[in-house]
Amino acid sequence: MRIPPHATPLERLWAWAYRALCALVLLFLIAPILVVIPLSFNAEPYFTFTPRMLALDPEGYSLRWYDTLLTFGMQAPEAPRDAAWWRDAWKNAHWIRAAKNSLIIGIASTAVATVLGTLAALGLARPEMPFRRAVMAILISPMIVPIIITATGLFFFYSSAGLTGSYLGIVLAHATLGIPFVIITVTATLVGFDQSLNRAAASLGASPARTFFKVTLPLILPGVISGALFAFVTSFDEVVVVLFIAAFDQQTIPRQMWNGIREQLSPAILAVATILVMVSVGLLTAIELLRRRSERLRGLSPS
Amino acid sequence: MTRLLILTTALAGAAGMASAQSITVLGWGGAYTQSQVEAYHKPFTAATGITVISVDSDNPATPIPAMVEANNVTIDVAVVEYADAVRLCDEGMLEVIDHAILPPAPDGTPAMEDFLPGMVTDCMVGTDVFATIVAYNTTAFPDNPPTTIADFFDTETFPGKRGVRRGAKATLEMALMADGVPAEEVYSVLATPEGVDRAFAKLDSIKGDIVWWQTGSQPPQLLADGEVTMSIAWNGRIFNAAVAEGQPFQIIWDGQVYEPEGFVIPKGAPNLDAALQFVAFATSTEPLANAATWISYGPTRASSAPLVGVFKGDGVTPMAPHLPTSPENLANALLSDYEFWVDRDAELNERFNAWLAAN
Amino acid sequence: MAQSEASSPGPETAGALTTADGRPLAAALARASARARRRAFLLVLPLLAFILVTFVLPIGQMLLRSVHNDAFPRNMPALTAWFSANPRGTEPGEDAFAALAADLKGLRANRTAGEVGTRVNYEFSGTRSLFTATARNAEALAPPYREALLAADPAWGDPRLWAVMRDASRAITPNFYLAALDRARDETGAVVRAPPERRIYVLLFERTFLVAGVITALTLLLGYPVAHLLATLPLRWSNLLMIFVLLPFWTSLLVRTTAWIVLLQGQGVVNNVLVALGIVPDSGRLSLIYNQTGTIIAMTHILLPFMILPLYSVMRPIPPSYTRAARSLGASSWTAFRRIYFPLTLPGIAAGGLLVFILAVGYYITPALVGGASGQLISNLIAFHMSSSLNWSLAAALAAILLAAVLLLYWLYDRLIGIDNLKLG
Repeated sequence: MRIPPHATPLERLWAWAYRALCALVLLFLIAPILVVIPLSFNAEPYFTFTPRMLALDPEGYSLRWYDTLLTFGMQAPEAPRDAAWWRDAWKNAHWIRAAKNSLIIGIASTAVATVLGTLAALGLARPEMPFRRAVMAILISPMIVPIIITATGLFFFYSSAGLTGSYLGIVLAHATLGIPFVIITVTATLVGFDQSLNRAAASLGASPARTFFKVTLPLILPGVISGALFAFVTSFDEVVVVLFIAAFDQQTIPRQMWNGIREQLSPAILAVATILVMVSVGLLTAIELLRRRSERLRGLSPS
Repeated sequence: MTRLLILTTALAGAAGMASAQSITVLGWGGAYTQSQVEAYHKPFTAATGITVISVDSDNPATPIPAMVEANNVTIDVAVVEYADAVRLCDEGMLEVIDHAILPPAPDGTPAMEDFLPGMVTDCMVGTDVFATIVAYNTTAFPDNPPTTIADFFDTETFPGKRGVRRGAKATLEMALMADGVPAEEVYSVLATPEGVDRAFAKLDSIKGDIVWWQTGSQPPQLLADGEVTMSIAWNGRIFNAAVAEGQPFQIIWDGQVYEPEGFVIPKGAPNLDAALQFVAFATSTEPLANAATWISYGPTRASSAPLVGVFKGDGVTPMAPHLPTSPENLANALLSDYEFWVDRDAELNERFNAWLAAN
Repeated sequence: MAQSEASSPGPETAGALTTADGRPLAAALARASARARRRAFLLVLPLLAFILVTFVLPIGQMLLRSVHNDAFPRNMPALTAWFSANPRGTEPGEDAFAALAADLKGLRANRTAGEVGTRVNYEFSGTRSLFTATARNAEALAPPYREALLAADPAWGDPRLWAVMRDASRAITPNFYLAALDRARDETGAVVRAPPERRIYVLLFERTFLVAGVITALTLLLGYPVAHLLATLPLRWSNLLMIFVLLPFWTSLLVRTTAWIVLLQGQGVVNNVLVALGIVPDSGRLSLIYNQTGTIIAMTHILLPFMILPLYSVMRPIPPSYTRAARSLGASSWTAFRRIYFPLTLPGIAAGGLLVFILAVGYYITPALVGGASGQLISNLIAFHMSSSLNWSLAAALAAILLAAVLLLYWLYDRLIGIDNLKLG
């Protein structure tokens, strides 16, 4: 990227303009996500930087919106903050209930998606797999089909099957949406997978199950985990299907956010957003570590 | 997979247990739901031990047909506008409510004589009367404040964006009144194709300046944030924001549309008995009066009116002059014609959405 | 295929190779490969069955509604029978009006006038009230029914109404697709355009594809230089800068949409900065949100990583020596880029462009939250008909058209790039 010494002035100008453009685009990508973080500590119910915030006056900042996340929906939010208060918050606070629902649904649907998706990816990676292309196209399609169409279809289907308003229905729907990500990541890991390792294990007398758990799985595990993380995030961020098939009192974090944005946009939403950004930073780190581990395992040097 | 099944079975079991002692009430959210939680839900739970789960919608009448058609009713009680209650009842979407369950007034007057005329229908028990009004932010017009419905459409004299509800009902009536149609002629004009064209032409004149809202909490928010200088809104939301939160909002009592609303029970409600018990409890004299001290919507029982005192939000403002039914607010007001909307809601909203999408 | 029971290879069988247990090798291989195929397929089968049941079947069932609506024949049996007994063009006589009156009384008794009125109103706007109002007083109807009904409302004599009712009396109908394309049938059954104030769906489809196209172009314009930068920097640096792309990618869609509301609203950060810098006056704050501009800005941001990542994975392996060789042979840097580098990145452009376009065409959440009225896309209209107007058949027809467009693009993607090459992060 160094500008060569023989560059013409025009080329130099262009090189600098190009760098400036890239910097602006990267800023465009990251700034909206970073801007919610300080605003979530706003002491006032506004979405913009107050003069006191800009002056870095501690008075301009507060944790009141994070506090709202705990107290909103509680039976007795004003009570002294003892064990009973925390029990009340754990049981009744809307955001905490939504978080619990989101976690249960996310974990269950991730489990379904990961197990089924990994099995299928193993089959798809075999050169003998018949109708490979068509099957792959069907399995990836939940990612491609507009979510509103999926949600509409599930609404009618679940109505006739009696699954609307049930956790099972949401879990199955979210698993469906997460499956393409598992397939893609696990298949990508299997591309560099040396099938002779399996044959070696078999020739040494290992059963297929033993071969899978002792040889295949450890090697593809990074791909499986990153697929699982994708599936989890997909469920954790999904609102449209939930809006269509969940009961009114089945709140999840994204649904609560959706209502909040449409109802009354208070900085409490920004507090949730900040927490979710922290979660995604954690996930991103996990994915990066997995990627490195995968490369190491497969003997690829980080070029 | 087995673990998953166990988990979901456990969850289903928990949900089943919970529903035995709770009902779900679908309301309009924001300050209005807050008033109902304080005046109806909490006292009801205290009296019966039945928990009331409060959930919100932009318009609780909208999801009912989908739930009933899909055989998947997840709410027990909904708060809907009068015209919607009649329409859904006509379509067989609601449980018929036996008027005998409604308790008499404290002085012994039978319920059906105590309720104002028309406030109880086959499927609905009225709770309050609200008005769709125009409100403005006083800081935007310090010298020459707007005073009439026509001023809402005059962006020359009163600059700034306008908040309007995304829907045909009340919007078209207000547009006609702003265009000079007297209140008593609004519905006969709107019944003709020319009248509908006239209403849309009036809306066209400010289309570029409109910020559309869908939930009742949005107009006070839009006014407070300075996103609009004037907005169509529900009077109670503006009153609460102005008096309880000290926002500089003023209501224009001219050319507003007022309408009763009340409780209905969707057909196939999972907890029908508890729902009926709740409706009877909440629409008795004292809770209705109590609700009117939390938000400025007029109670539907004659016996409740004298009990309405001061605003609970600040403890001093008398509520009576702020109710849509107060005589001084009715100088140029329009009572929403439910028969008109029962028949034409679908047609006019279809036209409205086509108009909205084309620009 | 020769059969052989010989356990040892004799001179006669020397030509056909056999396995150790004496079966011909070709047959054994065929069987083994069939077994391998079956095994591979069995691994995929559970998921395939799962997807078919939880995804393909529900969507198929939903699409069926786009051509099937039995609200009229189910609730208007007498008139439906009259329509099937009398061919198109028959003048409705007293018998037809008697059937109509009988059905209207049934509507009153069963509280289904709204349902039928709504069904007819889909194709002849303004008729729902005719059904509900007449049914409300249907008990009073007495022979002669023709006069009685025309007295109740002269609109009952409208030939177009009768043509529409005839259409509606058949449960299987292509008319919802006509409606989804702003077409309707006139009284002769011919297909005509809807009146101008009701044309909305073609416009919405056009807008959806236009907005998706603009967003694809913007993401390409913004994403190409960044992908190039990331692909040419040393890995240490590009991995660091990659965080700028991946963090938004991993962040909740609702968080990103909220962030844009905060930034773009009238009193939001962007407008405040512009006012503070004196670029716009306080009274002339820009309308950046709750309109099409808001939809385009927010969606461009949200979809940008889907453009950068495929571009990056195509650009990274391009050896810098190619461009250098071109330069040393006398090409200007522009020519070297245009003739050498750019053609090599075309697969990445196709992959990113198609992916962004496919995702943008079906977007729902962001336009719903920041689009106002002018930023709504076809998905929002499908949702409106699903949950507000309850015209489920029209919603299904609109969904079918959208789905067909998306599947076409998906097929194109598979042709050009191959689904196997879809990569994430």
